Amino acid sequence: MLMTQTPLEPLIPLRFDRNGTPTLDIDHVHKSFGNYVALEDVSLQIWPGEFVSLIGHSGCGKSTLLNLISGLENPTQGMVRLNGQQIEGPGPDRAMVFQNYSLLPWMTVTQNVLEALRAAAPQLSNLERKERVESFLKMVGLWQHKSKRPAELSGGMKQRVAIARAFAIHPQVLLLDEPFGALDAITKGNLQEELLNMWQLEAEPVKGQEDQPSQKKNVVMVTHDIDEAIYLSDRIVVMSNGPKARIHQIIEVNLERPRSKAQLVDDPEYLRLKAQLLALLSVELAHHD
Amino acid sequence: MYDTQSVKQTKTINLAPLGKKVLSGAIQMAYFLAGIGLLIAGYMLTAVFVKDLPSLAQIGETMKTLWSNPYYENSPSDRGIINLIISSLVRVGSGFILGAAIAIPLGVLIGSVPVLKKIIDPVVQLLRPVSPLAWFPIGLTVFKSAEPATVFIILITALWPTVINTAFGVGTLPKDFKNVARVFRFTPAQYVFKVLFPFALPHIITGLRISFGIAWMVIVAAEMLSGKSGIGFYVWDAWNALDLSKVICAILIIGVTGLLFDRFFGFLERKVSYV
Repeated sequence: MLMTQTPLEPLIPLRFDRNGTPTLDIDHVHKSFGNYVALEDVSLQIWPGEFVSLIGHSGCGKSTLLNLISGLENPTQGMVRLNGQQIEGPGPDRAMVFQNYSLLPWMTVTQNVLEALRAAAPQLSNLERKERVESFLKMVGLWQHKSKRPAELSGGMKQRVAIARAFAIHPQVLLLDEPFGALDAITKGNLQEELLNMWQLEAEPVKGQEDQPSQKKNVVMVTHDIDEAIYLSDRIVVMSNGPKARIHQIIEVNLERPRSKAQLVDDPEYLRLKAQLLALLSVELAHHD
Repeated sequence: MYDTQSVKQTKTINLAPLGKKVLSGAIQMAYFLAGIGLLIAGYMLTAVFVKDLPSLAQIGETMKTLWSNPYYENSPSDRGIINLIISSLVRVGSGFILGAAIAIPLGVLIGSVPVLKKIIDPVVQLLRPVSPLAWFPIGLTVFKSAEPATVFIILITALWPTVINTAFGVGTLPKDFKNVARVFRFTPAQYVFKVLFPFALPHIITGLRISFGIAWMVIVAAEMLSGKSGIGFYVWDAWNALDLSKVICAILIIGVTGLLFDRFFGFLERKVSYV
């Protein structure tokens, strides 16, 4: 099933059930913009509960791939399926966190989350929506700033609101487009940790098997930060350089969860992965321009 | 843990800014007075060469008379200054509101539908440079009377800046905000009232501000042309009676009224600004 696995990769026990229907099935997707071919023949399956990172140099089409999953763009050829159904446009089952926060600046923190919830969960009563907004803003530690507008918040706080907004609509898949790219290292670290906590907390029971251990959401994240990708992901998809970008290699991250950054620093597996990714991105896929 | 330090402190009570405010207010006042002084000096210099211009004392006297009984109503052509201004403002107001009622939806359409922009934009560009007074005969033909024709002129005047600014505001909605609306599946109503309109509102208000400014300029000329009561008619009437100090008083009153409205729209602009 998996494309271009390196033959040297040791056989590892799969922690994800890779039989049955993948949550996301990217099936021989091509995408061009006019004459520019951004993606060429990309296939990837993402299985229930997986956290997958897309990494590569700028212009490698990783954001394009994310936009195809979100439905903001449609593939030129091939298709993307969610639970076996072809994706034809954006939907509340896939929430997105944008790099530049994309909060509506004329609304308060509360209104930003509430308005998304009103659109994505029209079946809820006003009271239920307000309660949900409150619980998610408390989760990201911004309840005391609920009446502020985005302009009054720091970058880290804005991105927390955007994360709360995305989680609040209870999506099946969370799409993150370089979510921490514009943040300083300390804020970035805190937010990564919070994201993992929320991801862990917001696990949803599998339909029909409510007594079983609950299923975590899928996360697909675009990043160009190697450490971030290893710390957060189950699999890292390395894209080749554009134009005509493809999946160059898929790397499994076999690190126990919950992970601790302090312990990862001298974990041999972590160091091996980091060296492998560095070699891939700075030697094999180095820009020659 | 949470970077609260970087949050702007908005609720601190600090007296230093107040002192600064008073000071900067005083400085602005000084500049204003200097400008007025320059204006008066210029006028007096001109009056040395043009003997027919009234003296400052005469103008002051006329101003005093005007404001001693500003509400009187003797005949349609003999009314108090406040009543004259109100007549003009009602005309400008009705034309302006009708104009805005057409211009804002039209601007939204032009800004959001590229094909409509291509069709309507050339027409706007063609008609925009035309003096609104040129529309007076059309207004007279359509409405058969001077009063609605005057309002019609103002309507035309008020149209263009609002159309252009609204279209610009709507047309420059960043893709990020559109994507937010798409990803979270905003309803069309949510898109218009929670995304598009709030984003475009500062531009719309700027358009209205410019429209009103021009409409207030045009009303004087329109009233001279239509021969109806109002501040423009008053200027023309005073000129016919060769009472130049009344003309100068009217100029000052027109200026102050326009300034007040401009300030009001400036205040609205700041109110709806979200930056």
